[in-house]
Amino acid sequence: MGISRRQFLGWMGATGMGIAAGKSSYAAGNKHFTGYPESFGVLFDSTLCIGCRSCEAACNKVNQLPDPDKPFDDLSVLNKTRRTDAKAYTVVNRHDDTAGNKGPVFGKIQCNHCLEPACASACFVRAFKKTPQGAVTYDASVCVGCRYCMIACPFYVPAYEYDEPLTPRVMKCTMCHPRILEGKLPGCVEACPKEALSFGKREDLIQLGRQRIRRLPDRYVDHIYGEHEMGGTSWLYLSGVPFEKLGMREDLGVTAAPNLTSGALASVPIIAGLWPVLLTGIYAVSKRKDKIAAEEKRQAVENALSKAAADAEAEIAKALKQAEIANKRKIEVEVKRAVEQATAKKTEEES
Amino acid sequence: MSEEATAADKTFLTPFNMIAGAIVLIGGVLTILRFTGGLGAVTNLSDNNPWGIWISFDLLCGVALAAGGYTTSAACYLFGLKRYHSAVRPAIMTAFMGYALVVLALHYDVGRPWRLPYPIFIQQGTTSVLFEVGLCVFLYLNVLLVEYSPAALEWLRLPRIRRVIVKLTLVLTILGVVLSTMHQSSLGALFLIAPSKLHPLWYSSYIPVFFFVSSIFAGLSMVIFESTLSHRYFHDKMDATHLEESPHVALGFAKAASWVMAGYFAMKVFGLAMDNNWHYLGTGYGVWFLVELLGFVALPAFVYMLAVREKRLKLIRWTAAWTVLGIVLNRFNVSLVAFNWQLPSTERYFPHWMEIGVTVFLITLFLIAFRFMVTRMPVLHEHPEFKDAH
Repeated sequence: MGISRRQFLGWMGATGMGIAAGKSSYAAGNKHFTGYPESFGVLFDSTLCIGCRSCEAACNKVNQLPDPDKPFDDLSVLNKTRRTDAKAYTVVNRHDDTAGNKGPVFGKIQCNHCLEPACASACFVRAFKKTPQGAVTYDASVCVGCRYCMIACPFYVPAYEYDEPLTPRVMKCTMCHPRILEGKLPGCVEACPKEALSFGKREDLIQLGRQRIRRLPDRYVDHIYGEHEMGGTSWLYLSGVPFEKLGMREDLGVTAAPNLTSGALASVPIIAGLWPVLLTGIYAVSKRKDKIAAEEKRQAVENALSKAAADAEAEIAKALKQAEIANKRKIEVEVKRAVEQATAKKTEEES
Repeated sequence: MSEEATAADKTFLTPFNMIAGAIVLIGGVLTILRFTGGLGAVTNLSDNNPWGIWISFDLLCGVALAAGGYTTSAACYLFGLKRYHSAVRPAIMTAFMGYALVVLALHYDVGRPWRLPYPIFIQQGTTSVLFEVGLCVFLYLNVLLVEYSPAALEWLRLPRIRRVIVKLTLVLTILGVVLSTMHQSSLGALFLIAPSKLHPLWYSSYIPVFFFVSSIFAGLSMVIFESTLSHRYFHDKMDATHLEESPHVALGFAKAASWVMAGYFAMKVFGLAMDNNWHYLGTGYGVWFLVELLGFVALPAFVYMLAVREKRLKLIRWTAAWTVLGIVLNRFNVSLVAFNWQLPSTERYFPHWMEIGVTVFLITLFLIAFRFMVTRMPVLHEHPEFKDAH
């Protein structure tokens, strides 16, 4: 069979559309994503952290955040457990209650820059973006301020400028993305005097973490936090005490956030496709039932009417017949009586 | 409105007007505070608790309780239950006003309300459940506006446009059911992304289904509840058809609600079994869960059934209010009580009085608008000039 030029071009177009469409459905599918290759991350070794808050100070400076209530060299701040807020992208917390450990241990909180971020998945204007360099960035110019990202984040990281009346933003660590693009280190990493923070390719950092655990198995818990938590994060953690003691959730699981909602979102085409057909069907059935019922009713009324008419006719005929018989009898009686009278008269005359 | 002028010399200072006026005044002040001082000035919201009662009540309960629109119109136009026809208009009008109120309330809650159209027109985050909610609510609000418009068009005496719109009834009704199915369920699906924050008794992969199914009996009960109030305050606006059909609507809807609630109850138990969450029932949260499930689903479902069998209208009306309360309880449990359950009590949320004030203000606005429309437009009665089949 021959193929015309027009047909061929049509097929090519259809193939192109197929590829484009295929791509988008692929992106929405439950594909396991293990992070951009060669992307950066930071390894925080809590056994090296002394809680000096240098990272907090550096973060405040490079991100031009407002001045803190108490200066960064005031360590009394550590007496209270804190979280990130609109004025601090990162905080260090001291944890004293660690049985078997000699001194206090320190934990550092900032955005973990998930490989598949909950905030980005939850954002309905795509204000969050996982960059190929590893950072999860935020674009305030489209943000509506619904704060669903804060609901979604399993690490309680994004904060909000609640006191800003007209231009409130979501505030969170940027992993110093602009500095990374310039070839510089993130502010906190650069400032750490104890090298508790290591910046590098995420794959290399995992190797580094494993190496440290292998070399000093008594010093470390045999787990790199962030390697798999919530599908993996760009920030990774080593600890000498169970991570729970550092205030980190150990029950988050390894499912990446987008996979938690993809099933529910997959029901959209099912509902949109099935409901109209089904409901139109129900409508048609109920309408047809009404129609049949009306038809049957009409038929029944008609039948009843015609039967009534027939009955009435029969009744009349019967009555007429009876009347006729009665009449006949009456006539017969009359005739008989007349004859009798006549005979009686005759005999009277004769006698 | 010229009627208003002539009626004014009767007396404008009725108790309703005075209380409503005071609330609106306070609401105005709170509105100014909200938009000059930011969310922090009037709310107890925090970084750990980004959603408060403006989401729990105004959005989640508001949308669930406005479900009477799609349930009633589907019953009448799709399932062919024509004798509920007089209930359709008030239900559609309430739904339209309910959704409008939800959207208005969101202007208080989001940080930059003038950007609310952004997810639809500027940049679409299609991976977000909230995007689905936003798009469906936006579309459904428009559908409801068109569905409701014949009442307004009759009031304005525009028969031609009205005739065109009435012809669209079937398509609009189906569209309404599709959009409602999607966003009612997605409001529950919003919480799927946070399994580590929501208590396991309320977190379930079935939560979208729970939200959708519960919206059905929420809508049915709300129609009964609202008609109770309308009978009390707007009896004179009802025509003979409405008055005659009203007990049938209450009986029929109560029966339907009790069946759907029984199904919902079974599904909730099924959800418990699927996730094997039985052991949580012994905890404090478990007791609270049972209060919700037994006291506000199973029991009202049973009472509904009883009341229908014995044709006790008054009992049906009370049960409707009870069921509505149960829906409010459920939405509050999912979004506030059981959310962030692992945080220490000092970091939990309790609404600021000004947050409650804004919500009361918005409900008052709803009541004022409702009264305005019901007293002027042919909602509870048919317009004498438009008595053809709808």
